[in-house]
Amino acid sequence: MASAPSKLCTDDVSLLVVLLDTNPYFWSTSNDSSVSLSNFLSHVLSFLNSILFLNQLNQVVVIATGYNSCGYIYDSSLSSSSSITKSSGNGRVPAFCSELLENLEEFLTKDEKMSIEESIDGIGSSLLSGSLSMALCYIQRIFRSGPLHPQPRILCLHGSPDGPEQYVAVMNTIFSAQRSMVPIDSCVIGAQHSAFLQQASYITGGVYLKPQQLDGLFQYLITVFATDLHSRNFLQLPKPAGVDFRASCFCHKNTIDMGYICSVCLSIFCKHHKKCSTCGSFFGQAQSQAASMSDQKRKGLET
Amino acid sequence: MAGQVVVMRAKYRISVKDPGVPGVLKLDDDKFVFIPHDPTSSAKLQVGFRTVKGHKFTKEGTNKQALLNITQDPEIKGGGFIFEFEKFSDRDVCRDFVGKALAKYIDVNKAAAEGSVAKLNTEQLSTTEIDRRINLLREDSELQKLHQQFVIGGILTEAEFWATRKKLLDGDNNRMVRQHVGFKSAMISDIRPQADGWTNKVTFNLTPEIIHQIFAEKPAVHQAFLNYVPSKMSEKDFWTKYCRAEYLHSTKNSVAAAAEAAEDEELAVFLKQDDILAREARQKIRKVDPTLDMEADQGDDYTHMPDHGIPRDGNKEISDSQYDQYKRNLLQDLNRHAAVVLQGRGIDDVDLADPRSVAEALASSKKIELATEAQYTNSNQAELVRISKITEIKDLQAPRELPLAPLSIKDPRDYFYSQQANVLKHLGETTRGMKPVKCHLRTQEAYSCMMKSISYIKDVGINDPTIKPELALKVLNGLTHNISSTKYHLRNNPQESFLNSLPTLMKEELLNHWTSIQELLKHFWSSYPITTSSLHTKVIRLKDAMTRIYPRLQEIKESAQSDLRHQVSLLVQPMLQALDAAFAHYDADLQKRSAKTAAGPNGCT
Ligand SMILES: [Zn+2]
Ligand SMILES: [Zn+2]
Repeated sequence: MASAPSKLCTDDVSLLVVLLDTNPYFWSTSNDSSVSLSNFLSHVLSFLNSILFLNQLNQVVVIATGYNSCGYIYDSSLSSSSSITKSSGNGRVPAFCSELLENLEEFLTKDEKMSIEESIDGIGSSLLSGSLSMALCYIQRIFRSGPLHPQPRILCLHGSPDGPEQYVAVMNTIFSAQRSMVPIDSCVIGAQHSAFLQQASYITGGVYLKPQQLDGLFQYLITVFATDLHSRNFLQLPKPAGVDFRASCFCHKNTIDMGYICSVCLSIFCKHHKKCSTCGSFFGQAQSQAASMSDQKRKGLET
Repeated sequence: MAGQVVVMRAKYRISVKDPGVPGVLKLDDDKFVFIPHDPTSSAKLQVGFRTVKGHKFTKEGTNKQALLNITQDPEIKGGGFIFEFEKFSDRDVCRDFVGKALAKYIDVNKAAAEGSVAKLNTEQLSTTEIDRRINLLREDSELQKLHQQFVIGGILTEAEFWATRKKLLDGDNNRMVRQHVGFKSAMISDIRPQADGWTNKVTFNLTPEIIHQIFAEKPAVHQAFLNYVPSKMSEKDFWTKYCRAEYLHSTKNSVAAAAEAAEDEELAVFLKQDDILAREARQKIRKVDPTLDMEADQGDDYTHMPDHGIPRDGNKEISDSQYDQYKRNLLQDLNRHAAVVLQGRGIDDVDLADPRSVAEALASSKKIELATEAQYTNSNQAELVRISKITEIKDLQAPRELPLAPLSIKDPRDYFYSQQANVLKHLGETTRGMKPVKCHLRTQEAYSCMMKSISYIKDVGINDPTIKPELALKVLNGLTHNISSTKYHLRNNPQESFLNSLPTLMKEELLNHWTSIQELLKHFWSSYPITTSSLHTKVIRLKDAMTRIYPRLQEIKESAQSDLRHQVSLLVQPMLQALDAAFAHYDADLQKRSAKTAAGPNGCT
């Protein structure tokens, strides 16, 4: 990187942080339904290879979003530049791929050791909040490295269902990404849409995509997610078709435009209650206090 | 501030780029006047604050000019009266004055409005409370706008307006916690006697501040004051003697000092080393860990090695142990001073002008200190307590009692489910997808299955070709179709606010209406249920104000150009909906109440 610092400030140099979903339960069920892990990896590795070829200053970092932990499994700035072009020992994959795959194996071995349950029902969810945090930390470090740094973006390749228990953590990372102007692109490879990633991409100005044909994943990746942020200004990329982020009340699960929010625990209610059913706070003894305790929530101008 | 006048040299600039006309700016309660130095210049000004809408000023910076812009109409960019000052401090004086004058003008209006609109509010406000409100209005132009629009416009009363902003007022209150001013870091011994050069008179200047510091730094003087004044000598004599001793020290003549001390017992107290300090120092040394090698550190012990050989005030005295006790050394003074500054004043709320009360307060605070120290027999603990006392800086502490309940999010899953349903519904998610996959998976199998896939790709390599051409074309066509079908529905960049593409006037009007509606609705909804007649009239006032905004919103919607109309109506729609909901509630409530009154006399009107 130090070899051509003046080139670094060009706007088409990217730092792509890829978050790979490595939830074993997801992958062991996806073989028959959508895409196998080996096929998926084949598409993704080709894509990463293309990114590195697009601009010799491009940087790729891969983070595994595991079931029990998260970890960095590849950083192109740490491996020699020849590893992209050179083949590894058996000549089947480029050296950088075998480095990534070996790290992935190592990561999975560690991740498995942390398992508590012998078996689980359903496919569970992977630690998206964790890998998003790691990605943002890495990007922050790049930001602090000086005025000349590549333009960072995050790409989530995610298949596991959302983990509702991660809601607060995930939303926090999304807002933090928004604040540092890092777009989060999402490519959902699971059976269902991800509300987390839908919001993440929407809020951070990234692209959300759920490919219909997973066997053509490479084509989706290269068409939608390969271009640098600067070039995106000139391209038509998939847009969300006006997502409805309205909330539904905690009491009836009805979608509401307007409602009451508990100022202590942020629970949403469609009607005024004397007491918050979630946290037990009492609302409005005095008239003036009522106004500050339960504020009207409205949806509007912030778009 | 009534009757106050500020006169300041300034340059009047017609525009920001204008070099400006030098002259004098005169500010008084109700107007500002600019008189150019050149009497032939036409740049004379006389403007009443009544016509002034606001004022702006440049931030202080190294290569910035100290500007003050008094604006009559904020709509005109670069308009207003721009004055350039020589210094930021000059500018700040004028800025603050204008701010006060404007606030008073608003205040006068406000008082008039209150008087005419609602006698409901008979709340008596303290001047500090009023000041606080004025300050808040001055700091936040948006708040000021709302205040002007609704309070002066007669829709809300002053009390109603502020009732929803208790936190703002309280927040200010919290900030008011007084910071304790410590001792100056300048040493009192730096206060040199002043000789006028004509006579032999030498003048010392002792302020209450200095006296306090002398007491704190010199326990012997403090003790002597308590002992001698006023029983043995007057306060004036005491300080004269003290100054005499200081003078002797300043002449560096320890021989003369010793001679005078021999004749005057009281003077000797000031001239000799401070016994109390020496005792304290010995005590401290006793507390030192006995394993510490004192021998090795003896070079650092100031009691043995005066000044480390550093001469005070540049000249070195010939050392003579006989007069040692009449000598002072710099390091000792420095250490003592540093210790006192770090300890802080220790006493508060004592009238500094009275040395006697200062001396007594100090003595009692010292007693308490000694008592606490004795209490903690473990000297280590006493030290910890002392350190924690010193390190606590009151105005840096978080407020102990929060005015509101802290945010406490319970189960994050609830929040997730409250939103997920909608997002997924919108994405056309079928119920099939929503259901968790029904399967039971063994952990070990799952991991080994993944490992197998990885070693497979390592062996076989990346697919060749990565993707079949037909499939690639199909995907590309699908994507293109998808993109072109959504392209016209949405703007190009979701991050770029649609508001920015609107004409500035329309944008500002929309934002204005939005804040107004929010304010009105906040008051409207918080008035329910209507229990008093004052709430009833308030609701009517609010409803009327909202009714007036409603057609304005419709107008904006219709006046928008055809290409913007859709987006504008998307923005306006939620405002209209919110108003509709309020009107509907108002009507329903009115009906309910009239039905009640018809049914019986107990209904409240
Ligand atoms: Zn409900
Ligand atoms: Zn609550």
